Amino acid sequence: MKIPLSYSFRNLWTRKLTTGMTVAGVGLVVFVFAAVLMLAAGLQRTLVATGSDDNAIVLRKSAESETLSSVSLDESDIIASQPEVSLGSDGKPILTKEVTTMINLQKKGASSNDLSNIMVRGVSPAGVMLRPQVKIVQGKMFTFGASEVIVSKQLIDGFEGVQLGGSIRFAGRSWNIVGLFDAGNTGFASEIWGDKDQIMQAFNRPTFSDVVFRLKDKDAFNSFKSKIETDPRLNELKVLREKEFYAGESETLASFIRILGLVVTIIFSFGAMIGAMITMYAAVANRTVEIGTLRALGFKRRSVLVAFLFESLFLALIGGGIGLAVASLLQLVTVSTTNFTTWSEISFSFALSPGIIIGTLVFATAMGIIGGFLPSVRASKLDIISALRSS
Amino acid sequence: MKVIKLILRNIFRHKLRAALTILGIAIAVMSFGLLRTIIGAWYSNSDNAAPDRLVTRDAISFIFQLPLADRDQIKQIPGVKEVTFQSWFGGIYIDKNQFFPRLACDPETIFDIYPEYVVPTDQLDAFKKERDACVIGERLAKDYKLKIGDIMDINGDIYPGKWQFVVRGIYKGQKETTEETNMFFHWDYLNEQLLKTAPPRANKIGWYVVKIANPSDAARISEQIDGLFKNSDAETKTETEKAFAAGFVAMSSAIITGLQVVSYVIIGIIFLVLANTMLMSARERTREYAVLKTLGFTSKHLAGLIFGESIAIAVLGGILGIVLTFPVVSGFAVAMARFFSHISIELLTVVLAAIFALLVGIIAGIFPVIRSTKTTIVDGLRQIG
Repeated sequence: MKIPLSYSFRNLWTRKLTTGMTVAGVGLVVFVFAAVLMLAAGLQRTLVATGSDDNAIVLRKSAESETLSSVSLDESDIIASQPEVSLGSDGKPILTKEVTTMINLQKKGASSNDLSNIMVRGVSPAGVMLRPQVKIVQGKMFTFGASEVIVSKQLIDGFEGVQLGGSIRFAGRSWNIVGLFDAGNTGFASEIWGDKDQIMQAFNRPTFSDVVFRLKDKDAFNSFKSKIETDPRLNELKVLREKEFYAGESETLASFIRILGLVVTIIFSFGAMIGAMITMYAAVANRTVEIGTLRALGFKRRSVLVAFLFESLFLALIGGGIGLAVASLLQLVTVSTTNFTTWSEISFSFALSPGIIIGTLVFATAMGIIGGFLPSVRASKLDIISALRSS
Repeated sequence: MKVIKLILRNIFRHKLRAALTILGIAIAVMSFGLLRTIIGAWYSNSDNAAPDRLVTRDAISFIFQLPLADRDQIKQIPGVKEVTFQSWFGGIYIDKNQFFPRLACDPETIFDIYPEYVVPTDQLDAFKKERDACVIGERLAKDYKLKIGDIMDINGDIYPGKWQFVVRGIYKGQKETTEETNMFFHWDYLNEQLLKTAPPRANKIGWYVVKIANPSDAARISEQIDGLFKNSDAETKTETEKAFAAGFVAMSSAIITGLQVVSYVIIGIIFLVLANTMLMSARERTREYAVLKTLGFTSKHLAGLIFGESIAIAVLGGILGIVLTFPVVSGFAVAMARFFSHISIELLTVVLAAIFALLVGIIAGIFPVIRSTKTTIVDGLRQIG
């Protein structure tokens, strides 16, 4: 016969303060565990959302990031004339030759030495059409041929001296900020955009960084890929799906956050497991007579073991639930840091996913079972007579 | 003396519980120490900076290059002893996960300006003579099992192409904290290739390192250097090496802040573990405390007993934790050697860990003390289990 679950649950309730402290300990560990996973997931989600599967990006073979890549004018013209590039209603290829570079901006409230690298992207007219996630929300689009830029609205809040109608100075010129854009949760939300020709002139750059174009159809990517591998004029270049490329940029930083964070939380979890173990041992010691009574009533050793394991499991799951609930509030928080792959600033939010929820609850369950196992074994091993006799 | 004996006896009445609590505190103290050491390692580069070195880089961003011609102009400024330069080469060695700085430099001056990189004289001469020679840090030599005469193949990304370098020197750090993961090679070797393949990119360098005679002139000289190139195509920004390194650290400030927050969360966990144990012990002894009160002991005595026990457990856990920190940090240092050049435990970390353990010991005792003083003798004696 089984001992009812409510027995385990009510036992926790009678010792509210001790239960509360153990739950809080587990909750703290679970909170950190979930927060780390959410941070890494947020970074990945942001960069994955930056690219589109319909677009292809062409870069120099060895380049890991756009800033390190270079594509010559000739190469870009050859790419633009390929049949795999989709054409717009005006008959022109939907393709943008882009140049990316970086400028330093000072974070709001930071010292003047605390500078961040902000990505400046020079685009062709089709650049905006290729990225429907970028929308101008205030002001207007920059004029091609003028020293004008549009900036992400997130930069206005985060950095000194960036405002609509104002100007920023870089590369020996003053650039008017004529519009603000909203790029949602994508990497573009940490960028400044302008005319590629103006930016190349100002920075004295002879080559583009990369070329992005809309693929004509499903097979276009593979046929373009084999073309680039065989055409001697293009064999210094590589092509990737845009989504794949940006997702790759998140790898280093995301795995760094995950490894560091998980090592830390696993060490922490020992602290919480020991907390649960102490509580459960005390629960067993206090209830020796009660356990003897249960056994005398005919409950099997296994039932006692299970009842105590459940008690520990409840403890951990309540803690896990609270930790997870608090961690889910982090979704409102935006973090801005340097991406190690591009050396440019990227801002992203904590992101909760079903996988993280399940992972966190499994983690809490494991803490409860491991912490509660030895005390439960002790409870089930108690001898009926001596248990009943103890005071 | 008797009181101390009583406290110790009390602690070990439940041997298992005492051991678990001490272990719990020790693990928490150890992770606090580990986290703080990681944060410290992040800053160690800027701590290593010499006060008599300035770094001049492009004013817009680090990724832009400066003309080689600036060098002679900087040299003219009074108070400047020597100027050398470096370029970030990047590239891929073996695969893209092998990260260490590969720097194109001026072989004649680089090791004069960085005396902390010690190269044997014969190796230095050999390095200077050969166009495609390189000098690597001892740590790199160990990690990749490289010896003098070996060839390093690097695939260029910033500077496209296949590059080959011959190891002609292995430098040792002057101090234990000196970074031993750099690779230096001739900037001329790089420039020759650029003149052939990409002339507009040639004759440019990444940043200048300026050695000054008197560190107190740093601000004046920085201003003078930047003044020289004001309104030119490549305006410069000059700062002390320390400020330059701190700028890199600041890029990851969000991660550092996160680690700092987490290192304090762990103190919360220590507190909960200890407070829980103390609460349970005090509850179990309610009757005993009542008996002590009947015998004439006052609430003050009881408070002393409980605080004493709580602090003693915290101190034992704290000591064990601090002792554990050392082997764990050195294990971590081996595992992360490629990311952090030098990891060591600061004295402040040990002191802070000890202070926090002590504080937690005191605070964790407060609850049970309040309870025991509030409970009347009659209620206490009536208490069961």
